[in-house]
Amino acid sequence: MSIHATHIARPVTVSRVMLKVLAALLPGIAVSVYCFGPGVLVQLLLATVTALAAEAAVLRLRQRPVAPALADLSAVVTAWLLALSMPPLGAWWMIVLATLFAIVLGKQLYGGLGNNPFNPAMVGFAVMIVSFPAQMAAWGTPLAALDAAAQLQWIFTHTLPAGSSLDAISSATPLDVLKTGLLQGGQDASQLLQQPRFGHWGNAGGEWVALAWALGGLWLWQQKLIPWRTPLAMLAGVLAVSLPLWLWQPAQYASPLFHLLNGATLLAAGFIVTDPVSGSTTPLGRLIFGFLVGVLVVVIRVFGGFPDAVAFAVLIMNMAVPFIDQTTQPRVFGRKGGRHA
Amino acid sequence: MSWLYDFHGGIHPPQHKDAATGSPIQALPLPPQLHIALAQSVGNAARPTVAVGQHVRKGETLAEPDGRLSAAVHAPTSGTITAIGPHPFAHPSGLPVDTVTLQPDGLDEWQPRQPLDWQQADAATLRQHLQAMGVVGLGGAVFPTHLKLAAGKLATLVVNGAECEPFISCDDLLMRERAAGIVDGIRIAAHALQAGEVLIGIEDNKPQAIAAMQAACAGTAYRVVSIPTKYPSGGAKQLIRILTGIEVPHGIRATDLGVQCLNVGTLYAIAHAVLHGEPLLSRIVTVTGAVARAANYEVAIGTPLAWLLQQAGMSDPNADVIMGGPMMGITLPDLAAGLPKAGNCLIAKNAALFPPRPAEQACIRCGDCASVCPAELQPMDLFWFAKSRQFGKAQERHLFDCIECGACSYVCPSQIPLVDYYRFAKSEIWAAERDKKSASLARQRHEFRQFRIERDKSEKAARVAARAAEQAAKLANQTASPVPAPAATGMDDAKKAAIAAALARAAAQKEAKPLSEQHTSGLDDAKQAAIQAAMARAAARKAAAEAAKAGDAANPDSTATATPAQTGMDDAKRAAIEAAMARAAARKAAAEAAKAGDAANPDSTATATPAQTGMDDAKRAAIEAAMARAAARKAVAEAKKDAAS
Repeated sequence: MSIHATHIARPVTVSRVMLKVLAALLPGIAVSVYCFGPGVLVQLLLATVTALAAEAAVLRLRQRPVAPALADLSAVVTAWLLALSMPPLGAWWMIVLATLFAIVLGKQLYGGLGNNPFNPAMVGFAVMIVSFPAQMAAWGTPLAALDAAAQLQWIFTHTLPAGSSLDAISSATPLDVLKTGLLQGGQDASQLLQQPRFGHWGNAGGEWVALAWALGGLWLWQQKLIPWRTPLAMLAGVLAVSLPLWLWQPAQYASPLFHLLNGATLLAAGFIVTDPVSGSTTPLGRLIFGFLVGVLVVVIRVFGGFPDAVAFAVLIMNMAVPFIDQTTQPRVFGRKGGRHA
Repeated sequence: MSWLYDFHGGIHPPQHKDAATGSPIQALPLPPQLHIALAQSVGNAARPTVAVGQHVRKGETLAEPDGRLSAAVHAPTSGTITAIGPHPFAHPSGLPVDTVTLQPDGLDEWQPRQPLDWQQADAATLRQHLQAMGVVGLGGAVFPTHLKLAAGKLATLVVNGAECEPFISCDDLLMRERAAGIVDGIRIAAHALQAGEVLIGIEDNKPQAIAAMQAACAGTAYRVVSIPTKYPSGGAKQLIRILTGIEVPHGIRATDLGVQCLNVGTLYAIAHAVLHGEPLLSRIVTVTGAVARAANYEVAIGTPLAWLLQQAGMSDPNADVIMGGPMMGITLPDLAAGLPKAGNCLIAKNAALFPPRPAEQACIRCGDCASVCPAELQPMDLFWFAKSRQFGKAQERHLFDCIECGACSYVCPSQIPLVDYYRFAKSEIWAAERDKKSASLARQRHEFRQFRIERDKSEKAARVAARAAEQAAKLANQTASPVPAPAATGMDDAKKAAIAAALARAAAQKEAKPLSEQHTSGLDDAKQAAIQAAMARAAARKAAAEAAKAGDAANPDSTATATPAQTGMDDAKRAAIEAAMARAAARKAAAEAAKAGDAANPDSTATATPAQTGMDDAKRAAIEAAMARAAARKAVAEAKKDAAS
């Protein structure tokens, strides 16, 4: 006989929550495939298979039930977020390695779902960008004329069909181009941003992907699966640093819009800083956590050595979460702050 | 229209109230037997005043209250007592409690009823009357009502007709059909509490109840307030917040903030007890769920639950039954139990209404629980602390502010039964506190025993010393005056006296030493201080008496022996000196003891009187006071005896 104090429960499960997160990623995936080709789907597939296999293997080693953990779909969410952060035409071993790091090191070694202090996908990404910076910077050229077969061949064998040149299928990301251009000198930011690579809004093709991430994030918020505080605070953090810099020296610094639509900013706002496990849980803590991630993203992008910074910003703030939560405990009913302190 | 406040969080579970609200309150025949448990309120169970085989009339007292927190229990109908003893009880533990079993005689014959002239009666008389009538809170907490009417000059009386839990509709039907009786109760309670205003909070999913109450309140200053339907708006703290904006913190009485909350069912019972002299003999019970005739029934207290469910047409006799609502109710371990006064609702479970909960998954810290928590806690953190047995941290994060409403468990996507974890943590903390208390009690007993043994030893030593000193004096006198006796004997006796004096001194020092140790050891507990003060006083008195005696015994000797034999004189002198030293030591000990006694005394009296922390503390305080008293008495007696001898 059950002695549960509460006899009814909302028909919600972690699996359903995760499934909705995956669904919210679909618009972004669709636009990505349109821009970068079916290589995106290959990356997703490789990541998913690797994640499930790694999760099952570690759970088995830990002598924990395998099926329920796989069914909660959290590993798939990690895999997808990672795959969508990686270069669409990266070699197969890169995404496999990244996923292994994410699931084994970032998640299971801490005790599995709910126990990881760091965002697993960002752990995998950070390991890769530190270890293989050159390969991680080679992004697919948007809307390049490369068919599915050629993309597959490139991902798995690192060879190209006759007649194709490497430049056609892989180029640096706008963030990278801007950073390198500014480092080389000669041109200022506004001149650099005239290049076709940047399109109208600072990221040809990529801006539509970014907006699709935002759409997915909005839907998650509408479904009450993510709070508004963390994403909005993160975007505010991005603006708080990029706007003054841009207003001060527009020749030297890219616009806030450029920062919003490039890299993983909007993906992070909707799907990464909103990871409940590794993020802050208090209302004020969410604002602080999100804002500082946004600040760090721009600071690292502008002043740091890596072109994109979302992974590092998130991981650094993950470390601060216990402290943030500890110091931002909300008022308890009837205690100080009420009509009767 | 008054301004409504909101409370944080809350949920909107499916209502399921319609099944039982379609028909009016149903009467039932008397069951073949009634099992009236004696534990019908928080606090002590009532003490039975009837015997097996005795015939009782309806309304006759079966058991009288045992202490302030207790209320009387009555015969719901006339009949014969067939048993008094342990019987299954509607409690999740399944532990039986003392129960009076009554065989109805079918006559339903009343004992003479004595209404109370409440407008003339003073507050104390009214409270006494309600306690004797067995009126307790019928919202589910069964807190004795007479205690809730103890405050005077109240700003607001909040009447709880919210009834926020799904399935339950007994208050709804009571308000629809018996609003006038409720308003009578309000009149009496508002009079007793000298309430400035009366606000009646009813959730807006009960329009008929609201209309009925409004009609009954016409011409009065009582205001019926329709509040938004949201669980747990019927929690006393939440309803007070909604209607007045006042937040009653954990551990603070609402009356201290000028507000009191009473349930409509309780007010109806007050009216019956006062206006008609009828004790609380029955209540309205919602019987719903997997039953053929879901409705609200008027049921005699003690009616066997299985019989009641059968009357309502429960299809599966083996189904689990919830008493209370689906959010906070308990699964009944045994349907042989009689209906308690707390029993507002019975829900027969089936798989359609209560699908089995999916397996518990890992907490993903989504924070849904925090967003619905009406106590504004961080349930996911409390869960983490409870699971990892970090109870101290859980307490720091206000675990005891949790009202166990179950909103967090309801929304948890990981399907974690969170309230179970909080109850576990709370009971672990309570158990640890009990252990700590009993350990400190055991330590005090042990210390007192050590003190007693030590005291007996030193008393014995002192007596020996005194006797020896006397003998020495005698011998010294003898040897001094008549014959120049062999110096050896005189010397021997004088030496004996000296030894005895040394022993006395040692004893006095021994008394004094633990005392100073006790001073430094930091006595946090006032009760402990009381005991030790008594010990110190006794020690001091005894030491003083001993020293005086030893001194008196030695003094004349020393003067007597001053003249004669050189050797005898030497020893006697030494004995005298030592006796004086012992006296000084004893005096010092006495002074210290007095100091300690003064310091501790006010505390000891203070702890002896109020004992508000509960029965356990009161009992302990009583034991300790008795121990202290005994010690003091013994010490005084011994001092007197010693002085006399």
